[in-house]
Amino acid sequence: MAQQPKAPTNFGFGEDEAMLRDLARRFLAEKIPPHALRRLVAGPPEPVYEDGEPAPWDRTLWDEIVELGWTALAVPEEDNGAGVSMVGVVALLEEVGRHALPSPLIPTLASSLVLRTAGTERARNLNREIAAGKTVSLVLADERGGWEPAHAPIEARREGSALVLSGTGFFVQDASKVDSLLVVSRLGDERLLCSVATDSTGLRLQNDQIHDLTRSQATVHFDDVVIETSAVVSDDADHVLKAAWPGILVLVAADLVGCSEWQLQTTVEYAKQRVQFDRPLGFFQAVKHPLVDAMVGIDRARSLLYHAACEIDMGSAEAEVAARMAKSAASDAGAFISDRSVQLHGGIGFTWECDVHIFFKRSMHNQALFGDGTYQRQKLADVLIGPIAAR
Amino acid sequence: MSSTVLSPEQREFREYARSWLAENAPPAPPERLPISPIEVMTVGQRDYLQSWQRRCYDAGLVGADYPKEYGGWGHRGFQRIANQELHRANVPALINIVGLSMAAPTILQHGTEEQKREFIPGALSGEEIWCQGFSEPGAGSDLANQHTTAVRDGGDWIVNGHKVWTSLGHFAKWMILLTRTSTGHKYQGLTYFLCPIEDHPGVTVRPLIKMTGESGFNEVLLENVRIPDTYRLDEVGKGWAVAMTTLTFERGAEEGAGGGFSEGANPIEELIALARSSWRNGVCAADDPISRDAIIERAIVAEGIRQSGRRAAVPELCDHPMRLPLQQKLVLTEFGQRNARLGVDIAGARSTLYKRDERAPDQGHWPLAYMNSYGYTIAAGTSEIQRNILGERVLGLAKSK
Repeated sequence: MAQQPKAPTNFGFGEDEAMLRDLARRFLAEKIPPHALRRLVAGPPEPVYEDGEPAPWDRTLWDEIVELGWTALAVPEEDNGAGVSMVGVVALLEEVGRHALPSPLIPTLASSLVLRTAGTERARNLNREIAAGKTVSLVLADERGGWEPAHAPIEARREGSALVLSGTGFFVQDASKVDSLLVVSRLGDERLLCSVATDSTGLRLQNDQIHDLTRSQATVHFDDVVIETSAVVSDDADHVLKAAWPGILVLVAADLVGCSEWQLQTTVEYAKQRVQFDRPLGFFQAVKHPLVDAMVGIDRARSLLYHAACEIDMGSAEAEVAARMAKSAASDAGAFISDRSVQLHGGIGFTWECDVHIFFKRSMHNQALFGDGTYQRQKLADVLIGPIAAR
Repeated sequence: MSSTVLSPEQREFREYARSWLAENAPPAPPERLPISPIEVMTVGQRDYLQSWQRRCYDAGLVGADYPKEYGGWGHRGFQRIANQELHRANVPALINIVGLSMAAPTILQHGTEEQKREFIPGALSGEEIWCQGFSEPGAGSDLANQHTTAVRDGGDWIVNGHKVWTSLGHFAKWMILLTRTSTGHKYQGLTYFLCPIEDHPGVTVRPLIKMTGESGFNEVLLENVRIPDTYRLDEVGKGWAVAMTTLTFERGAEEGAGGGFSEGANPIEELIALARSSWRNGVCAADDPISRDAIIERAIVAEGIRQSGRRAAVPELCDHPMRLPLQQKLVLTEFGQRNARLGVDIAGARSTLYKRDERAPDQGHWPLAYMNSYGYTIAAGTSEIQRNILGERVLGLAKSK
């Protein structure tokens, strides 16, 4: 194995990263505290749950976020981006998760990671547009929810100098919020990565009916969408996506860790204030001990998250293992604190009026996204133990 | 808190420690060693481990950060590196675990100049083995419920009581001893002593047999044991505070212990090797999806422990300074317990075979380690007490008593 560069003991988390994180924390605490989030996304349930509207989001706030340069975080400096380390990106996304911010930030960051990996001139151009505020999401999953890069759902064919895309992409994150899509398609044996504007002729977004009130998701139909060959960002999509995959996983893991920490702190506060049998709930060990277990799980996920981000920053061959570990631990920690956050709030925790369900749903969505804990462990087993022998 | 960037001296020390350990790894032991030094049973094990600690001490890998006048090597920030290298080299553990991780740091913090000069050198070199006299039949999780009494008699104290779960008591020269000197107040009525126990009048050390069938710890009866006042550690009535210092070091929440402890081979690799040689329903356990999931879950926890150790040294990434350190005891002991339990599960029918059966996987390690693991989840404050401490001190929940 090639000699790996030595990992910095502090994960590479320095003053710049701390400043970025603290700024994001203050900004989000001011702009979207829980009561503002509730007003934004948890009015009456009918519009989203009955009438099929995508969950609302705050475009004015988004403009401010673009102004702050968050979409440019993972874009290299030579392409007008901030070129922030993955460790810095992860720290900021923890804050985003802690506030359950509805926005196309995560799909856009994921796309910029893919483009950075592709590195072609067209990819760099697109990243420059992202740095300037363009929003992008990835079309890569098939109907069965196969997330891995090999599952290209869209068929491409050549027509003269143009390419024609047909087929359906599934589980496209925040598609209703973005300007364009990065699409993985099959052209014979090739796997192409193409950029397609969401308002292209023949492209139809069908919003999925999801439970998460803080994001949207769509099934995207490509009905002979014609694109110029110049829209092809890479003709080696499998490799590009595989290389960018650890980064994509840690973005979601970071959101999960932040979300989980909010759930923990909120439930702890409730356990301090709510009195039953003349005692605050937290006095009872049936309440106290699970909250400690939740904390231990979140801390494990958070440590693994910074490790994975640091491995990505170093270009380490261990990045995929580290990222899958982080996603697995974050998904499981998220599931556990979600469960306890509702249960320990008691009756009120089961209601629409309590903020807990907003985070519960975002967490549940995050847990499934790009593979839950068990799924990641299955992939890890193939690496760390070896593939299952043919019988 | 440790610094995150190694100085040139620290880097050089790491190189030195690594090469010394590579060149000086001890010969194979004359008999099977216990899982942990607190379970040393035989004189043969003791002699072997004691001489190994002596060599590590002479090489500067033990007592590295202790002042020279107390038998240390007078460095700063070297011990953590030595501990890492000892762990990495997978060499036998240091036998004087109570002396190194409890007695020496407590004496350094609370002792008189004379006490530091008298007691610390022998603890570091391993020549004088220490044991801990805290728990009693009626004082387990409720440690302050001490019934061992110490009564002044001129310049001495007369001690009477009954201590239990005394690891290494049968080889120890000294005991860190918690006693009651006043019945007026539960916590402020306690006083801490450094008590001679080897061949000392009134002291009886009797082995206790663990659920594994092994001895390795003891009960200690103290009948009119005379201790000079010069062996009292800190003030009369300060025993609880001193005991908390000891427990903080014992639980690994504070750096400063005298030497590091190797935890043996990589448990995940051992589990994978076991799965490769075990069968479930006609299939190799390493190909069984449930076993694979369980092993990888363990691997993730193992990596999480490593990375949390790394994150604990980055204050910017820790919301509360004691949040990670106070988890250490709980997380490490339950980690070991669940690893061992998984080994039992994977071994299947062969997990029934105990250490004397030559067909037992890994010489019966898995059921032995599993049963033994309860020693760790119970000692030094049970896992339940640890969860109380974390819930109260870190999360700020109401006290459960």
